[in-house]
Amino acid sequence: MSTEEAHGSAEVAARVERRWATIAVIIIVMMALLAAFAGIHRATMPQPRVEIIDPSRLHLSGEFVESNLGSVLEANGNVTVRAIGQQYSFTPSCIVVPNDTPITLRATSADVVHGILVQGTNVNTMLVPGYISEQPMRFAKTGDYLMPCQEFCAFGHEGMWGKVKVIDKTDFADRAKGGGRLSCVGE
Amino acid sequence: MLVNRKLILAHFWLAFAVFGIALTLGAWQMFIRSPIGTWLSNPELYYRSLTAHGTVMGYVFPTLVAMGFGYAISEAALRQRLVGVRWAWAGFWLIVAGSIMAVIPIALGRASVLYTFYPPLIGNVFYYLGVVLVVVGSWIWVALMSVNLSVWRKANPGAPVPLAMFANVAGSYLWAWTAVGAALELLLQIIPVAAGLKTTIDAGLARVFFSWTLHAIVYFWLMPTYIAYYTIVPRAIGGRVYSDSMARIAFILFLVVAMPIGMHHTFADPQVGAGFKFIHSAFTALVALPTLLTVFTICASVEIAARLRGGRGMFGWIGALPWDNPMMLALAFSFVMLGFGGAGGLINMSYQLDASIHNTQWITGHFHLIFGGAIVIMYFAIAYDLWPHLTGRELIDLRLIRIQLWLWFVGMIVTTFPWHWVGILGMPRRMAYFDFGDPAIAPQALSVTLSAIGGFVLLVSGIMFIVILARGMRAPQADTGPYQFALAVHQPATVPVALNTHGLWVALMIVLTLTNYGYPIVTLALSEGTSVPAVYVGAQ
Ligand SMILES: [Cu+2]
Repeated sequence: MSTEEAHGSAEVAARVERRWATIAVIIIVMMALLAAFAGIHRATMPQPRVEIIDPSRLHLSGEFVESNLGSVLEANGNVTVRAIGQQYSFTPSCIVVPNDTPITLRATSADVVHGILVQGTNVNTMLVPGYISEQPMRFAKTGDYLMPCQEFCAFGHEGMWGKVKVIDKTDFADRAKGGGRLSCVGE
Repeated sequence: MLVNRKLILAHFWLAFAVFGIALTLGAWQMFIRSPIGTWLSNPELYYRSLTAHGTVMGYVFPTLVAMGFGYAISEAALRQRLVGVRWAWAGFWLIVAGSIMAVIPIALGRASVLYTFYPPLIGNVFYYLGVVLVVVGSWIWVALMSVNLSVWRKANPGAPVPLAMFANVAGSYLWAWTAVGAALELLLQIIPVAAGLKTTIDAGLARVFFSWTLHAIVYFWLMPTYIAYYTIVPRAIGGRVYSDSMARIAFILFLVVAMPIGMHHTFADPQVGAGFKFIHSAFTALVALPTLLTVFTICASVEIAARLRGGRGMFGWIGALPWDNPMMLALAFSFVMLGFGGAGGLINMSYQLDASIHNTQWITGHFHLIFGGAIVIMYFAIAYDLWPHLTGRELIDLRLIRIQLWLWFVGMIVTTFPWHWVGILGMPRRMAYFDFGDPAIAPQALSVTLSAIGGFVLLVSGIMFIVILARGMRAPQADTGPYQFALAVHQPATVPVALNTHGLWVALMIVLTLTNYGYPIVTLALSEGTSVPAVYVGAQ
């Protein structure tokens, strides 16, 4: 190979490389833009705010006392669900919610790190002791869903399965008339 | 020429011995959690085994491979005797001591916290101290790689650093800085609690520290694999590296952008705000760049080999590749698994899609495909390639090697594809067993069974690998010649300073980490009332 030829082929190689690098950069910028767009436009966002809470006082006062756990119908028609994860169960262990309604899940852990996942949905969040997790939910169809703890929380982790029961909106409204906190434990 | 063969062999043999043990544990775990082996009545044994499997596969095995390979590169690429051999042995023995120290509490069930630690769960203090010793041992290697390169630079002022050594040192710096996250978590948070000096811990802050290590560590595992792609494969199949500078750019990009992205592991966590989650997500997209560049450059390098062998046409050259060459086979398998694993990775890192698979069996499938598959298969290839030069004997049974690689590839696909599937169905990870009698879980039984079968295929392949190497130690002696690295099509006579030194890039890596982690860490560390009581493993 003459030096001129070598020089020529080096230029070709550099050109091809530059082209490929440009394509790669465009792909990546597109991905980031799509994520930003979906985040802003469709509001599919990870939890935006950080809220803290003392796990050793959950049962004594505040939002997560036992009598305040479960589902509640808010004045604006939305539903708020409050739950606690602890080794090795959720309280309440069976959550009842209406279909086709915006729901806010607010949950925390009383001891170690747990996770809440509702099978067949995109509901999936971590419960870290000391912090409150907030997760929007909405269920199109009625039915029963399994809700396992998705994070290792020591030897009983495999036994930590909760349930979500999605019932018809009007049934839920009926049951919520008294204004109390609803759950399907024992049903 | 490799002078310190004993040192390098010691690292590789220890790596493969612990790998064999961890692989056996992994296969056992898959068996007992599947519907074919539901006899286990004590899930505690499962989590002990899982902790041992993860700790060995995550920390000990890849670190030892990177170290052994690093010493070999330092001698062979720089053509100079290793400086600091005594220190290197000290590092090795620290890792031995640390591994033994960690494994005893694991075996006693006093440290079942998995390799990701999970505070406020707290295990026995000797488990964490053992991990610290392993890391300290590896930091000696980092320092030695830096020292050896600077000794060489003094003797060869201005000369281009051989690509293999350039990449090797970049990998060692990446590791040094990556390990700092977990080191801070262990030293500032976990060990004081495990030693009984404190009783509370900020679990959210600990998770942020760990995420600093948890993602970039994957790129540290990947470094030997990428070094093999660029500097071994083209030579082994009779080709050339398409572009020396593109290779350097890829390694520099890994060094700079692999670090500050770990918070995508905390997308579903409540202790990190949305802003930093988004920044880390965008940076994670960037880390796809060096891999995209590598795929192009390596395919082009392979094409050169094929055309030199008479390959013609747009795609006709693919048939002209030496498919019976184990290195070719390993590369092809590695690329296929990297492709599937990378596609899954794009979903994990995505700000929105992550929610559907976070902490499900999908994640296990994903990282086994990348680490256990794409990366480890190249560790095999590295060992096969280096072995004759370490033992002075030839590995003759190429057929056995090919079967071993095939089994690993098939085993990994059979193991991980069903995991991805049940992950989409919402099967959580890290569970000792499932109630397959539950009608909602029963449909997943077949997938879990398939994975278990894949696990045994992997075990068979792993055993074959160790047998092939052991037999290689006793093969007839042969003159294996000096150890060579692949040459580039245009082997550079000079390299721009930026592509020949690491200083600028290390500085950039540190600055980016501080901007991407500094604020969240400081805010979390300063916020009051976020520490929670520790929960001691085995004390309940
Ligand atoms: Cu749990």
